[in-house]
Amino acid sequence: MIAYIFKRLLVAIPTLLALIVISFLMMHAAPGGPFTQEKQLPPQVLANLNAKYGLDQPIWVQMGRYVWGVVVHFDFGPSFVYKDRTVNEIIAQGFPVTLSYGITAFILAVSVGVTLGVLAAVFQNSWLDHVAVGISIGAQVLPNFVMAPILVLIFTLWLGWLPGGGWEGGDWRHQVMPVIAMATAYMASIARITRSSMLEVLTLNHIRTARAKGLPTHMVILRHALKPALIPVLSYLGPTFVSMITGSVVIDMFFSTGGIGKFFVDAALNRDYALMMGVTLLVGVLTIVFNLLVDVLYAWIDPKIRF
Amino acid sequence: MKKHLLLSTILAFAAVPAFADKNPRTGEELAANQAYSYRMLDSVKSLDPQLISSVEDSDVARGLFEGLYNEDGDGNLVPAGAVSYTVSDDKLVYTFKLRPEAKWSDGKPVTAADYVYGWQRLVDPALASEYAYYLELAQVKNAAKITAGTAKAADLGVKAIDDTTLEVTLENPIPYFTKMLTNSSTFPAPKAAIDKFGADWTKQPNIVTNGAYLLTEVVDGEKYVEVKNPAYWDAKNVIMSPITALVINDEDAALTRYQAGELDRTEVPSGQYPHLKEQFPAEATSTPYACAYDYLINVAPGKGNEALKDVRVRKALSYAIDRDVIVNNILQGGQTPAYSWTPPAINGYAMPDIDYSHWTQAERNDKAKALLTEAGFGPDHPLKLTLNYNTSDAHKKIAVAVQQMWKQTLGVELTPNNYEWKVHTDKMIAGDFEMARYAWCADYNEASTFLDLYTGYSTNNDGKYANPDYDALMKGAKSMADPSTNYTKAEGMLAADMPIIPIYHYAKVDMIKPDLKGLPQHDVMQFWYAKDLYRIKQ
Amino acid sequence: MLSPVDMGALSRRLAKLDEVRGRSLWADARVRFGRNRAAVAGVVLLVLCAGFAVFGQLISPYSYEFIDFKIMGHAAELGAPSWAKGYYFGVDDQGRDLFARVAMGTRISLFVGIIGTAISVLAGTLYGALSGYIGGRTDSLMMRLVDILLSIPFMFVLILLLVMFGKSLTVLFVGIGFLSWPAMARIVRGQTLTLKSREFIEAAQATGVPALRIILRHIVPNLLGIVVVYATLLVPDIILTESFISFLGLGVQEPQTSLGELISEGAKTMRYGTLWQLAFPMGFFMATMFGFYFVGDGLRDALDPKDR
Repeated sequence: MIAYIFKRLLVAIPTLLALIVISFLMMHAAPGGPFTQEKQLPPQVLANLNAKYGLDQPIWVQMGRYVWGVVVHFDFGPSFVYKDRTVNEIIAQGFPVTLSYGITAFILAVSVGVTLGVLAAVFQNSWLDHVAVGISIGAQVLPNFVMAPILVLIFTLWLGWLPGGGWEGGDWRHQVMPVIAMATAYMASIARITRSSMLEVLTLNHIRTARAKGLPTHMVILRHALKPALIPVLSYLGPTFVSMITGSVVIDMFFSTGGIGKFFVDAALNRDYALMMGVTLLVGVLTIVFNLLVDVLYAWIDPKIRF
Repeated sequence: MKKHLLLSTILAFAAVPAFADKNPRTGEELAANQAYSYRMLDSVKSLDPQLISSVEDSDVARGLFEGLYNEDGDGNLVPAGAVSYTVSDDKLVYTFKLRPEAKWSDGKPVTAADYVYGWQRLVDPALASEYAYYLELAQVKNAAKITAGTAKAADLGVKAIDDTTLEVTLENPIPYFTKMLTNSSTFPAPKAAIDKFGADWTKQPNIVTNGAYLLTEVVDGEKYVEVKNPAYWDAKNVIMSPITALVINDEDAALTRYQAGELDRTEVPSGQYPHLKEQFPAEATSTPYACAYDYLINVAPGKGNEALKDVRVRKALSYAIDRDVIVNNILQGGQTPAYSWTPPAINGYAMPDIDYSHWTQAERNDKAKALLTEAGFGPDHPLKLTLNYNTSDAHKKIAVAVQQMWKQTLGVELTPNNYEWKVHTDKMIAGDFEMARYAWCADYNEASTFLDLYTGYSTNNDGKYANPDYDALMKGAKSMADPSTNYTKAEGMLAADMPIIPIYHYAKVDMIKPDLKGLPQHDVMQFWYAKDLYRIKQ
Repeated sequence: MLSPVDMGALSRRLAKLDEVRGRSLWADARVRFGRNRAAVAGVVLLVLCAGFAVFGQLISPYSYEFIDFKIMGHAAELGAPSWAKGYYFGVDDQGRDLFARVAMGTRISLFVGIIGTAISVLAGTLYGALSGYIGGRTDSLMMRLVDILLSIPFMFVLILLLVMFGKSLTVLFVGIGFLSWPAMARIVRGQTLTLKSREFIEAAQATGVPALRIILRHIVPNLLGIVVVYATLLVPDIILTESFISFLGLGVQEPQTSLGELISEGAKTMRYGTLWQLAFPMGFFMATMFGFYFVGDGLRDALDPKDR
């Protein structure tokens, strides 16, 4: 297993390089640049800007410089739009925010989602199942851009319990609504996947046998059924965890958290190449790491798995 | 973080008892709470006066820094860093007397050399400011050459005669030069701090400022806090502190937070002004804003739609837009219907007599139908057009309404195409459009900031309107003592040739807490100065 | 409209027709599906929604794009649902008939949701099953590609699609498929890895059944449960993603509309006294999602190879 992990980490290097090359080419192929604006800049001013940010160089040179900067100095360059800040600073400031509400939302979504899913499967077609399914569909059709204003309306405007936005260094009152708005839909998906996967596992022979032998149901479920049932949930959770901890543009914009989720859209719309590359690499690294973790967990759940 | 919070709280409390409970200038009774928080659309992009290119950053910068002149609530110049100026007979050399008691926050006096340094920095190719062209616009000697790299920064037409005397030399005697000095790019720059910290000099606590406020807390993407600067030369008249700018991207979210008491000022989402005005008559406000919204027509030869090369078609389209509907039913925020490009509220500008501006909409529609038929379009040969706009709620609503107006009145088949911002702009610059939504906000309070745009030599004339007479008028205006007659004539040509369809002129539509005073009422530039704000006792 | 009982009878009759040709996996599934009441109810719900989507605009006295300039801007006071005025669902923020717009939105969104999901399910399932089954270097390579696709700045993918191919529904489907299949592929591949080590697959391998046949005949049917569930999760996701993609200029363009667009507009104005603008599109969205869920659940039960 150690050798496998080591090999996967080695493969990560060319993967990330490929990610850089593809993203770089795509960004530069898209119309408009960081300094394209309605009030067009005079050509000389534009030329100076391009020279300052190295955009006057051939794309391969820009790419080479970028990779060099990242590898040698761990420097992701200056933001082209937020001129007072570097990409390192923007990520260092925004990532902890989304990490904080993302992890909380993840824990909430997984614990509630898996519990709901297991209960619904074990008591299939009972009222419990129907309630669980009803909740999960209801939660799924409430996208965060509907959830967010509803939450603010209730908790800020009507009840006056929670502040309508901001972060204040992660004070819990500022986290409640982002966490709920983010967790709801994921919780619903996790519940549905768990339920379905659990239902399948419960019909497998060895589980049937265990139940027939008269082992207590909760023992069977926890010992034998839950673990294999978690495989599809895990596959889903790999990329999901990454997108949760890197935040959501809707939540960051609506609740003014200052989180990094906003930049996935912002940096693209602004053609802030360096910032876009920074957040793309962040997601790339996290995706590789957590998909690796998921694969390792597969092997732990089902030792018979060969890759 | 905690430390800064503590600091700002202490400073805030320390500041409150410093004045009497009356405003020293107006004599109004003041409230005990003099904290102010307002909504900012996005994080600060830069606080470096010479790098600032957004309206909101300059709002913050006007609190932290101070240039030669400020504007009062009506848009008139008020001495700030300068106390007075003289101008030579040929109107080419301006000599400013600086305020000797003005100080940087590190205790050093603000000298003429700081202005010279700031201005040289602005045009320096190495800094690569997006506003580098501003001094060229102001006709400061050699500004363009320095930006182009063909002259040295030292050759810029700005000199420090002594610590408190600044001399500026222009290339052409433009009549509105002093009006341009309220822009943050002309503020002085603290050389020592910039040399020491480089690009990091605007970060807290490195930042050195000369304005009425000190930057005490920065949480990018969330908030910026400023407190009163006790060493400011006019500190005795500064009442409001602390000033908090909260970054809130979503305007509906901002309004909710305003209603929850977290903000003292926020923008009104489009279409919501009438309801809010009814509910909160003392809080909903609308004041004119020096921006114009139009549909730009591509008249470049070989580009765009051939039908639009016919002035009759362009006029028909313009006439058939019911601007009152757009202003009263869509925007609903006190915007005004536009029949001219330059907003009539611009200082010293007289709008020409544009015939269709005083017709009824029925008359306009009849005329439009007649013109379009004359141009050869009718039910069996309908005019088909496309209109590009960048994604935004208000643009979408207007485009959809115009599409229906043209369809219902003229039988024109319009396809509105929305594009993401950069694609939209890119298509406009490339001339790859038939009609495009366009808007422009004044750089300074004078008509040339609008009218220069449609000259044949302008870099922003994307529709490629070309009229030598127009160009001659605008060139001539640069050296006239009173250019307003030229502006009026030029605007008349735009109405006759209709290369653009003016739609409306902006208003700043805000919710403002009723006890808050000192915001500009008649300044179309909407410059506001935190130091002029105060809360009255209710 | 057919009652659920009729539908059940119909599907059973259809199933009988097939029995002549031998009870294939599919015919068998159809029978079982027909016996599942919830699933049939789901079908009915979807048929009702689809019927509304297709014929709704014919019933409405107004076209989806007609702006009533007298109401425009005064939706809260003048635009509430009214039978007398012919605005059954009220008007939208622009003074347009919401009934016609919800009908159009449901039609477009159902279309986008179903096609988009189909593309992503097909691509994701085949890719994931192949990757997991073959394993080794191929799996590693294929999954690293998925890692890249999961991290790529998708905004640029969409912008480039728009610039290269212009505005069209086909491009929208490609874009949506592109965004959503990698996650599907990961899930399918994870399932395939465990299936691969089960006895019946090993048995098939031992008897020399070719790999492709094993994948199609043994792996994929056993994956269907999770695939169907994930697909029913994808449909709402894709419908909402569409409104975001339209924001970039790709996809559905004003004055046309979609459910996602209507919901997001309704959410923006819900505080201003026009709650129906959110309620109606939301109601239809929810109804179709329940429909898809019951159908999905029914399909899963019907297709489960272990129950045979």
